[in-house]
Amino acid sequence: MLKIENLKASVEGQEILRGLSLEVKAGEVHAIMGPNGSGKSTLAQVLAGREDYEIDAGSVTYDGEDLLELAPEERAQKGVFLAFQYPVEIPGVSNTYFLKAALNSIRKARGEQELDAMEFLKLVREKVKVVDLDESLMKRPVNDGFSGGEKKRNEIFHMAVLEPRLAILDETDSGLDIDALKTVAAGVNSLRTDGRAFLVITHYQRLLEYIVPDVVHVMVDGRIVQSGGKELALELESKGYGWLESKAGAA
Amino acid sequence: MPTATETIGRLTEREYEYGFVTEIEQETLPPGLDEDVVRFISRRKKEPEWLLEWRLKALDIWRKMKEPHWANVHYEPIDYQAISYFAAPKSDADRPKSLDEVDPELLRTYEKLGIPLREQEILAGVAVDAVFDSVSVATTFRDKLADLGIVFCSFSEAVENHPELVKKYLGTVVPRADNFYAALNSAVFSDGSFVYVPKGVRCPMELSTYFRINALNTGQFERTLIVADEGSYVSYLEGCTAPMRDENQLHAAVVELIAHKDAEIKYSTVQNWYPGDENGKGGIFNFVTKRGLCEGERSKISWTQVETGSAITWKYPSCVLRGDHSVGEFYSVAVSNLKQQADTGTKMIHLGKNTRSTIISKGISAGRGQNTYRGQVKIGKNADNARNFSQCDSMLIGDQCGAHTFPYIDVQNSTAQMEHEASTSKIGEEQIFYCNQRGIDTEDAVSMIVNGFCKEVFKELPMEFAVEAQKLLEVSLEGSVG
Repeated sequence: MLKIENLKASVEGQEILRGLSLEVKAGEVHAIMGPNGSGKSTLAQVLAGREDYEIDAGSVTYDGEDLLELAPEERAQKGVFLAFQYPVEIPGVSNTYFLKAALNSIRKARGEQELDAMEFLKLVREKVKVVDLDESLMKRPVNDGFSGGEKKRNEIFHMAVLEPRLAILDETDSGLDIDALKTVAAGVNSLRTDGRAFLVITHYQRLLEYIVPDVVHVMVDGRIVQSGGKELALELESKGYGWLESKAGAA
Repeated sequence: MPTATETIGRLTEREYEYGFVTEIEQETLPPGLDEDVVRFISRRKKEPEWLLEWRLKALDIWRKMKEPHWANVHYEPIDYQAISYFAAPKSDADRPKSLDEVDPELLRTYEKLGIPLREQEILAGVAVDAVFDSVSVATTFRDKLADLGIVFCSFSEAVENHPELVKKYLGTVVPRADNFYAALNSAVFSDGSFVYVPKGVRCPMELSTYFRINALNTGQFERTLIVADEGSYVSYLEGCTAPMRDENQLHAAVVELIAHKDAEIKYSTVQNWYPGDENGKGGIFNFVTKRGLCEGERSKISWTQVETGSAITWKYPSCVLRGDHSVGEFYSVAVSNLKQQADTGTKMIHLGKNTRSTIISKGISAGRGQNTYRGQVKIGKNADNARNFSQCDSMLIGDQCGAHTFPYIDVQNSTAQMEHEASTSKIGEEQIFYCNQRGIDTEDAVSMIVNGFCKEVFKELPMEFAVEAQKLLEVSLEGSVG
């Protein structure tokens, strides 16, 4: 579904991704771990189409298409979803209104019938249970005045409504207490299907106890230096990143 | 591709060129302003002697005044002797015969705003039966109001049919000597609207200049007077969202509102005059004096404005809160795009006890636009327990525009409670990217973010107007982001 080859990207002349390769198949959950500043969030932003990053080399193919050629909204319309590390506040725009506009523009781009207010409301009522989100948050402006946990759960809620093919979760666990973490993980797990892939970016092994990955990658210095099964996460937990950092230095 | 506003501009400019024909056509005056001009206008309108005297006195006052320059706007000096102060409406021969003759770009804008075909014809100045249709609509409408004793007519008609009311109230809220433009307007005002709502009557519909055919040719010096007698209520809508065709560059209107005891006036404006091209050329100068007097106890005046047009806007709808427990409100959205300059805000003058005022101002700057909020809150020494809440928010789109805030506060009574909040935000790339990532394209994202920013003001507008205003904002900001 997603194939990244030798991707190099920089921001303001500083190279952050330095030849990253990764392949994700439909139905798989890949975790990307790594120390601060290793480029994990940059990878998420680049995949979602943030313009601040310069692509210097490499390619990204998504469902056989050149992903880097597409505008961010086109990527979204084709099923790429990013759960933001820092969800953005949009004062005065209700969460419901925003999400309805999002869903309908995606449906429209796919040549599907747009949902009317009643149909949308029905969908929302169904999906809001997935993340145990208070329904009152639907009427409030997007992320405005939400607590940290509410913002993160709201991202998963957006994901549940938009039903992407490829979901990228950028440190969705950061700032969550254990209960919120379990809720978020349960939400993600309920959305796991054969046709959907996840890229879970996290700093800690903790999240992976609840969202069990098929593959774990370790990113250091803009490259993937080690890949393995879910045991790799545990190994990192006990040994830290130091031994891999020296490995990256040697490479 | 030229934007809609540019095209409208071309149309306006083209018309403008032959707006001041000095041919023998008796109804048009050559440029210049003196006593004879004032006498001519008054005579043409068959006005009574007292009104002529009133105008002449205003002219006298105006001549002694200097054009104000304290506003944060810049323009070439205006030659007041180069303006014609009386131009008759265009004859049918000069108008387009049908919409086929109207610039397609202008029609495209009307379409986007969802304006019905008939109204498009009126707005574009088409000389067809549509106009007569609207006369009959207006007549039915007026009959219905007359049954309730409500007077709603052109200012000229009011002078003819209700001289006692006009004489009693004219200039009581905005005196002739109030300011340079008010004095000029008082001397040469062309026409405008008059509303009187009798005691205890609640006007059952929104009164709109839209319904009144005269509004199409009120000219550049409009004069509006609205009186709400004890315990009455009226909601008045001025202007419309469609770009207005106008030949006159200088506009200096005066609006006076009087709310007696327990009366309420809600005055909503959507202004979308030609803003000029991207260098500000050819746009309308809009120098308006709007003021409401809450004369009686528990009276209330509420101004809501959405200002998107004009090259220069100089406008401060104000409330004088004389009656005890009276309430003044000001809700404003002002957009300056291209090279537009807006210096707008309000004055809340608290004189009575327990008076309250609310100011919510949202300024949006895009392109090379400059947006200034200028507001004054004054608490007089007898205004015990007066309260004011002011909130002034500015939003910047792009990096060549500017936002400025000048709040003036003058408190002479220690029991006053004042709250002031202000914020400036830049429409963030983060916000746009977030919308994009959810599948929403940039144009839609900007309009969503801007509409969210203006929500507190839009919710004060009558329903239909609010929907139009949202669409208008979309059109006004089209192409302003990358």
